[in-house]
Amino acid sequence: MTISYTRTDMLPAMAPPVSQRGLVKWLRENMLSTRLNVALTVLATAFIAFVAWNIFPWFWNSVWNAGSLAECRAIVAASAGEGASGACWAFLKPWWGAFIFGHQYPVSDRWRPVLAFGLLFVALAPILFAGQRRNLTIIFSVVAAYLLLTLYLASAPGLAFALAMLLVAGLVAVSQVQPERLLWFTLLYPALCFWLLWGGSIWSPIVAMAGFGVLYAIFRFASPVIGFAPAAGAGVVAAVLWWLFADAPLAGTLQEMIPVDLLRVPSDKFGGFLLAIVIGVTGITFSLPIGILLALGRQSDMPIVKMLCVIFIETIRGVPLITLLFVAAFVLGFFLPPEADFDLLLRVLILVTFFAAAYLAEVLRGSLAALPRGQYEAADALGLDYWRAQRLIILPQALKISIPAIVSSFIGLFKDTTLVVIVALYEPLKGITHLVRQDVNWKGIYWEPYIFVGVIFFLFCFGMSRYSKYLELKLKTDHR
Amino acid sequence: MKKSVFLGTLAAAALVSGMASATTLDDVKARGELICGSNTGLTGFGAPDASGNWTGFDVDLCRAIAAAVLGDATKVKFVPTTGETRFTALQSGEVDLLVRNSTWTASRDSELALDFVAVNYYDGQGFMVKKDLGVSSAKELDGATVCIQTGTTTELNLADFFKENNISYQPVNVADDAEAQRQYTAGACDAFTTDASGLAATRATLPDAENHIILPEIISKEPLGPVVRHGDNNWGDVVRWTYYALLIAEEKGITQANVEEVLASTNDEEVKRLLGASGDMGAKIGLDNAAFKNAILAVGNYGEIFSRNIGEGTSINLARGLNALWTQGGLQYAPPFR
Repeated sequence: MTISYTRTDMLPAMAPPVSQRGLVKWLRENMLSTRLNVALTVLATAFIAFVAWNIFPWFWNSVWNAGSLAECRAIVAASAGEGASGACWAFLKPWWGAFIFGHQYPVSDRWRPVLAFGLLFVALAPILFAGQRRNLTIIFSVVAAYLLLTLYLASAPGLAFALAMLLVAGLVAVSQVQPERLLWFTLLYPALCFWLLWGGSIWSPIVAMAGFGVLYAIFRFASPVIGFAPAAGAGVVAAVLWWLFADAPLAGTLQEMIPVDLLRVPSDKFGGFLLAIVIGVTGITFSLPIGILLALGRQSDMPIVKMLCVIFIETIRGVPLITLLFVAAFVLGFFLPPEADFDLLLRVLILVTFFAAAYLAEVLRGSLAALPRGQYEAADALGLDYWRAQRLIILPQALKISIPAIVSSFIGLFKDTTLVVIVALYEPLKGITHLVRQDVNWKGIYWEPYIFVGVIFFLFCFGMSRYSKYLELKLKTDHR
Repeated sequence: MKKSVFLGTLAAAALVSGMASATTLDDVKARGELICGSNTGLTGFGAPDASGNWTGFDVDLCRAIAAAVLGDATKVKFVPTTGETRFTALQSGEVDLLVRNSTWTASRDSELALDFVAVNYYDGQGFMVKKDLGVSSAKELDGATVCIQTGTTTELNLADFFKENNISYQPVNVADDAEAQRQYTAGACDAFTTDASGLAATRATLPDAENHIILPEIISKEPLGPVVRHGDNNWGDVVRWTYYALLIAEEKGITQANVEEVLASTNDEEVKRLLGASGDMGAKIGLDNAAFKNAILAVGNYGEIFSRNIGEGTSINLARGLNALWTQGGLQYAPPFR
């Protein structure tokens, strides 16, 4: 008899050979496919290994606790042997506060910038994540945890602690019930932030904000009677009159009746990342609307508006930022009377905002030009007036396509804040690190302060970059 | 005609003095605070610590002036100025005076419309090299690479020195002291040149200080001192005589600790005048008669300021050298106080 072999079940598929799967396949295909690639791979690996070999011990031997650079060196020599190199991060302990708040910001009041920073995210969240309850809840709980911890560490007074927690809890409640109402907090935030950072009477920011209320009320009631543009003009005039004449006396009277104030901190005491963030956030916030107006103005049919916008943009863009800062800080002093107390930081803020706005205007002009002509014609065909057409049809599309460029110029602006060192403001990169190096204990330290500041800047800029990526995806409506 | 010329001159003078209508002394008194243009940070001479307290050799002179003018050494606002902004800040009236190791030169005195009122530190430019370079004189530095801070008088002095000695060098430009120290220790340059005080301070912080030597040649004169605006002579007098009061105090043995005691027991007429016990020397320049006593009480005499901030025993460890009193072979000499 013959035994015929019949397979009754299928063999399981065998794994591909080692050379055809996993890491090896990937290496063969990407790194070692030709002779040239083999050579390049070997060279690059050798280079990376060489760099790592030289840098790694330096990081590995890091010293975190020491009283001076000499002590650091002694510790490194004791633990890693004579002649070994090691990073010395111990300077962070005494200088940490100076890096974050500037060395002159009153130590007892450091909880104020901490609180303002936490609330910044609360104020930004409704704009950045409009209508997304889940994201809002995540951000708010992170901020609450951050505030609990940092306010405690900065030893905030009990009342401030309680009020801050109450505020955050209230906002969390609002975010669960009516998230769109959160925008009111965003609108009020600039005044609150100003009061927290600079201190003084609480009534000055409140009365100043009331000026916007005056503007809005007049606009609202006059608009149906005299039309859109004249009503806006009348509102602006009324608000300016309010700020010029009613503001100071009213704030003074209120302060006398109900005195609520914080220790006044003049802006020459700002420094470190506090300074960089104040300049960066103010510049970003105000340069966007100004930039949009400039971009629209440059496209306008009205010759005078167009000419003014062109002159502004080209002048500001044509001059290096350092020159503008220098003018702001010193040349203005020749023209102002000696008793004019025109805050240096305020001058810097204005010029940085103008500078960023001029760049943004050009970015936006590019995206306005990129919109198909049909969009403008469609808006006209629908019978929309100029402002409605811009607001509803043109700008949403123009802003969307320019998100990467806008965020890129914001990141540039944030990094440019380090240039204010030229007017002797203590920004973190050069100002505070310079002070660390002049401290008798840390003189001679070089890379560590730069690396520390660089890492923090990277975190901020990377965060902005990731957010822009997220926003692009979220707003992606076409099907490319 | 005459009147219009007069007015024109007046306008020009006002413009030069930074539109300052009143005198600086009146401004300071009215403001209740002295605004002192200082360095952004220079070890031993003037730098804030991590909580914003300024200390240093130059800083103490500012405090002495505040004590003399306002009776309170804490009423000083230190405005940091960079090498580029310092003179503009003074001219435009942002600061009342500069005390930030600025070298007194003819062109700064004349062209920039500034007045250097005294010399509180006599410095000079020197060289530091590594020992194993085998050089014992700056004249042997032919062909060497030299780390040099740009935009300062040291850069010009260096060029002059090498040209005079007919030798060549390769400059390595750096922006500040820390940068220079980095380049020098990394071996990017054979020699590092700056003011001798700066060299000593840098050498003191090197991990292997014994392997570096400061060459004996001092190739320039760098008289550093307080600067005021041209044309406000009374304010210049206030600054100058506050400084001299500190010098005289050292000469007469008056210290921060014993000033009251000396005042009670002294028979020296000059000391009495200085401390305001007789005559009205303070009032003559618009100050309180006890002004100079307050200054000494606040910061001590010149010698005390020196030894506290930069003298032997501190980490800067500078010898008095040229800055000793004239009675001890140095150059610090105050005119008689009468």
